[in-house]
Parts: sequence; structure tokens; C-alpha cells
Amino acid sequence: MTKEKRGADIVVDVLIKEGVDTIFGLPGGAIMEVYDALFDAPIRNILARHEQAACHMADGYARATGKVGVVIATSGPGATNLVTGLATAYMDSIPLVAITGQVPRHYIGTDAFQEADVIGITRPITKHNFLVTDIKDLPLILRQAFYIARTGRPGPVLVDIPKDITQQKTTYKMPTDEEVRESLPGYNPHTEGNPIQIKKAAELIRKATRPVLYVGGGAILSDAAEEVYKLAHLAQIPVTTTNMGKGAFPETDPLALHMLGMHGTYYANMAVYHSDLLIAVGARFDDRVTGKINEFAPEAKIIHIDIDPASISKTITVDVPIVGDVKNVLRKLIKELEEKPIEWIKAREQWLKQINEWKENHPLNYRKSDKIIKPQAVIEEIYNITNGEAIISAGVGQHQMWAAMFYKYKYPRQFLNSGGLGTMGFGFPAAVGAKIGRPDKTVFAIEGDGSFIMNVQDLATAVQYRVPVKIAIINNGFLGMVRQWQQFFYDSRYASVCLSVQPDFVKLAESFGAVGLRATKPSEVREVLLKAMEINDRPVLMDFVVDREENVLPMVPAGKSYREMILTPNQKGEAETMYLVG
Amino acid sequence: MSDIKVLKVRPEPEKVVRKHIITVKVQHNFGVLARITGLFAGRGYNIESLTVGRTHEPNFARITIVVEGDERVIEQIIKQLRRLIETLKVKDITDLPHIERELALIKIYTADDRTRDEIMRLVSIFRAKVVDVSTDSYTVEITGDNEKIEAFINLIKPFGIREMARTGTLAMVRESANIKMEKGDKE
Repeated sequence: MTKEKRGADIVVDVLIKEGVDTIFGLPGGAIMEVYDALFDAPIRNILARHEQAACHMADGYARATGKVGVVIATSGPGATNLVTGLATAYMDSIPLVAITGQVPRHYIGTDAFQEADVIGITRPITKHNFLVTDIKDLPLILRQAFYIARTGRPGPVLVDIPKDITQQKTTYKMPTDEEVRESLPGYNPHTEGNPIQIKKAAELIRKATRPVLYVGGGAILSDAAEEVYKLAHLAQIPVTTTNMGKGAFPETDPLALHMLGMHGTYYANMAVYHSDLLIAVGARFDDRVTGKINEFAPEAKIIHIDIDPASISKTITVDVPIVGDVKNVLRKLIKELEEKPIEWIKAREQWLKQINEWKENHPLNYRKSDKIIKPQAVIEEIYNITNGEAIISAGVGQHQMWAAMFYKYKYPRQFLNSGGLGTMGFGFPAAVGAKIGRPDKTVFAIEGDGSFIMNVQDLATAVQYRVPVKIAIINNGFLGMVRQWQQFFYDSRYASVCLSVQPDFVKLAESFGAVGLRATKPSEVREVLLKAMEINDRPVLMDFVVDREENVLPMVPAGKSYREMILTPNQKGEAETMYLVG
Repeated sequence: MSDIKVLKVRPEPEKVVRKHIITVKVQHNFGVLARITGLFAGRGYNIESLTVGRTHEPNFARITIVVEGDERVIEQIIKQLRRLIETLKVKDITDLPHIERELALIKIYTADDRTRDEIMRLVSIFRAKVVDVSTDSYTVEITGDNEKIEAFINLIKPFGIREMARTGTLAMVRESANIKMEKGDKE
């Protein structure tokens, strides 16, 4: 007979079995037993200051490493504070396991102290969730949670464990991988891709004269960057990546079209608009990408490769749907194309020439200044100073889009941001998680003054664990993206967007024990960044006081067609409503 | 190739809204029904009726959902249902030969002997059953497809319905059709 163990010890055993080396979280009454068990475990424990930040840290850790992130919280408010973090991970298909304490079983449903219906609350924002009602089920449920989180279309899974179960003692056997799979008879992610559809796709690629690869976060999640690169070069197909797909194809490559959609490049949007074949790879036709649905790639046949059947033909009817793991499918597709090679020079020459023309005529651009710091210039300088090698984590807003546009990403898992949910406050804690997961990398959190303040409390965490993240605040004193929309679409009525009361970010950093730096003139930007690069034992916060009314351009207004892109600011710096077609 | 040329516009998909019957086999775990109804509520799909019960395999339950929508909406509903971890099979059986049943219990006022006779006549025509009698009421049990039950209710309404409970539709594919469609099950 093996020794009896507490439920809490079983939790730790499963974490170790699953290869978890770091967890993020905050203890409390209902989860204390688990923290007690973790005290002696060979697992690094990061005490966050807010569960939302803990969840974003686990998320950033998962995005940067490709491993499953783990976050732990107590019942009631602890668990409800996870909601935004879980929803963020859910929208971006990030593998997470959240373990929450629940009140003891006999208190459930009595409105006990710190009780909340966490299963009910998190049901629509998790891939799956479990309430453990019997200690016998605990090891299997926890292993199922990890299996579900990382396989198929990844996502967050929550396990809610009543306190009395974590305290109860039992003997148990660790379920095997096979037992885990067999216990989920309805869960069989389709990874291979239908061979007939793959043949059809290859045929379309051979015939196409104006093809475009449209690559999303799925390519990164399935580690398919190598295959994307191979396919693009083999068939000479230009590649545009979504916000989530950044780094799946090197943006320094001549075939790179960079980002498409609402804040996509002119040339990416034009290429997609004029394409005769669009190959969507692990991308889901988000409305920020498509704009007006019935004018999105109107002449193109569409191939869609995605592991989630529910993503296919959700908004746009697809000609060749291929359900499967992106990496697997691309490998097969490449093999198919290699067998009967395409004569790409003839087929693509004209198209690539046209695209280069668009690129030359309308590159990403902004009005430079030597009097006032331009936010884009800060991003470019970060790119130069880090040689394009840093992991960049962004909050949500204008700075996020500038970080997406003006830093060139070469690797998958290099750009972390809340693409689907658009969670302000994501960038900084995610950067902390990323740096903990990838200590070998320089990690920058590019944040807005509005976004950063939403999880500012976790500066304490970064200081406590000596996590040397670099925080670059693009400080324009506004909720900038909202201000931009108000300027463009609400007659410049700046309703509730001015952040007139702000902390002194330098002093704020210092009060937490971090380093604070500030740049107010263009000449100081480089200096501040160089200083920040030298600090390696604690976080550095850089306050870049930038041009207050700079806009993110180009822009396709929400729900409009690519034909209606707003392109450049006019001389006064106001956006020119330059509609491409009347 | 010029930059600024209006290309053709993608045609809007055709929308034919009608009632669909979807059957779902799920693991009989607690909370699974909430997961399914939550999916409908969260996406704004309107459930017409939903019935659920265990199957001959005690670990599995079978759900029959009647829902109205166009092809696109129904396709999404089916895909979303398949995506749930506890779902084993999802079938849209609307266009397959199938058996459809619903049970209703209807308590009807019986003012006088004439009414009683009239109700008894209707009950016998519809092959329904009187399952409870009081001095001034009959409680009738009726099974059949939705149309039959609607028809019965319409005829009985003038007498005065005191109380009514319906199960919602239960449906099953006829065996001959079942063999052919195994391929369409959850991938």
C-alpha cells in the first residue's frame, strides 16, 4: 500500500508529472492547502499582486515558451479576478491551466464566505472546466486539464477544487497518457488534414497567378514557421501575417507583406484585395482583418487550414477547407507541390512586380520630428538597439499597433499581445511571464500610459523576483486609440479620453524599487534605451513622453472595405481621409 | 493592374430559415447541459425545445434540440456543439427519415357531462389517454409529433386549459437512414 496523500499533494504530483517548473498566483483561504504542498515542491512560485496579472504572466510564459502556463488562485474574488486573463487566453488559443480553490463541498451553494460559481462564470471563456467533487477523480481531471489545454486548438482549462478535497487524504495511481485519452471519448482533435483537400489546395496553388499566404496565430501555436517559410519560397507566394501571426514568417524577408487588416500595410491589403488565391493558415478571418466581409479578397479562391472546424466558413465561405494541424498539413502540401513543381517564374513574376511597386510607393511611414518624440521612432529605436532580437509584449491601443508595425519580427513567439480580446493591461505582466520563461532573451513591454496603469501593481512582483523586463511607456496622456477614433469618426469630440492625472512614472518605478527613466526630447530616446539595456537585476520603466495626437495609420475604418483605407496624415498632422476609391 | 478599381463583390450567402432537429450524444457529466444551453445563449441562438435523458449506456445522455436558423447558423451550431469536450456525436436529422415524438400533459376544465363526452371523443380520436380525473377536470396524456399535439391543443382550448406541460421534441433516425449516415458523425 502506497502512502496516503492529501489532495493538495496530488495537485503538486500532477504539476511535476506535467513538467511544470513555474506557477503564477496568489494564495487565499480555499487554496492554502495547495500552497502548503507547493512550499516543499521543486516548482518556482511567483507571487503576483493581482490574479489578473498572474493569469497574464502565465499566459505570457506560455506564449514565449510554448509550454502550458499555470495560474493558481483562491475561491471567490481570487477566481473571478482570473476572468479577464482567461478570456484573453481563450480568444488567442493559449494553453493555460488555472487551478482555483473552492469552498468546502458542504458549503457549496450556501453563499459561503468567498464562494462564487466559478464553473458557471468561466464556462464561456475556457476551453473546458472542471469542478472536482470526489478526490478519486482529482488526478485524472488534472491530467485531462493539461491534455485538453495543449492539444487540438489550445486554450485555457480551469479546475475548481473544493478545500476539503485538497485536505482529504487518499492513495492513488497516476493516470497514464492512454487512460487520459480514453477518458475523453468525445475529444479527438483532427490533426492530419484530408488528403483529397490537400491535393485540391496544391492544384489551386499551381494555377494561381496572384496568390497570398495569410498566416495567423495558429501557425505559431503549431510551430509551423519553418513550413510557412518553405511553402512561401517554394511557390513564391507573398506572406501577410495577422497581429497574432507575427514572426511566423520573417518580416525582413522580401516576400513579407507584414500585417494586414485594419492597421495593415497598404501593400498587404492591396495584395489581399487583388489576390486570386488566399491561403489562410491558422487564421480565423477576424473582423479586424476582413473589414467589410463581402469585399474581402473578392476575387480570390480561399483555402483555409485550421485545426478547429468551427473556425472554417464561420464568416467567409471557403473553397477548400482543410481541418488539421497547420504543421502537418503544410508538410503534406509542400510534398504535394514538390512532386509536381510549379513554374513559378512565369506564374508569379507579374504579381511580385506589382507588389513591389505597391511596397515602394506606400511603405509604412510617419512624419518624423526632431522637436517632439514620435511614438513610431521609439519603437524603431528599440528595434535598432535590440538588433530585432528582443521579445516584445504589448498592451492594447495605439502603442500596440505601432509595436506591431515598426518592430520587424523574425521569429515565432517574439511578439506577444492580446489579439483577440484586446485586453488593456496585458503587456507588462505578460512580459514578466515571458522573461521568467525565457531568461536568455531581452524582453520589452511596450505599453501605453492607459494600458500600463491597469496592472501597475505587479511592478512589485517584477522587483521581488528580480525580473529585468524593460517597460517602455508610450505616454501620450490619452486613451490614444479611442482618441483617434473620436478624431476620425466623432468630430474630434474627445469624450473621457484625456488621462490628465497621471503618476510621475519615474518616481512610481522608484517607489516600487525599479529603475525609472524618462525621455521628453527625441535626442534622449536612444540614451534612455541604452541605459535601460545595462540594467539586468530589476525592471526598468522608461517614460517616453510622445506626440499627443499622433495617429496609427494606415487604417481601414471598422466594417469598411480595404478600398477605403485612410493612408497618410496631411501637413497639419490631421489624418487625411484618403479614400482609395470614391 | 491598377490600385483603385472596384472589384466584384462577394455574394451574400442565401438565407433560408427553417426549423432543424439536432441530436447530440454527450457524456453524462454534471454541468454538461449547462454547457450546451450556455453555448446557445452566449451566441444568441434561440432554442425552440430541448430534451435530455440517459441512454442505454448509463455514462451517456442524448439530447434532442429543435432550433430555427439558416444553413449557416445551423452549421455553426453543429460545429460548436462538436467542439465541446463532452460531445460524442452531433447529427442534424431534419432531412433524414426520422421518428419524432413529444409528450404533453393537459389538464382541462370539465364543466358538465356534455364537455366530458366531447373531450373523451377527442381523446379517443387522437389516441390520447385520460390519466387523472377530478370532479371538474380531466388530465390528458398525449404523445405524437409536434403537429399532432398542436392540433389537439387547438381543439381542446375552447373547453379551458387549466394547466399544461410539454416535454419538447424527442427524435431518432429510422434505422435504414442511420446506417447510411454514420460517416457524418463527429470526426
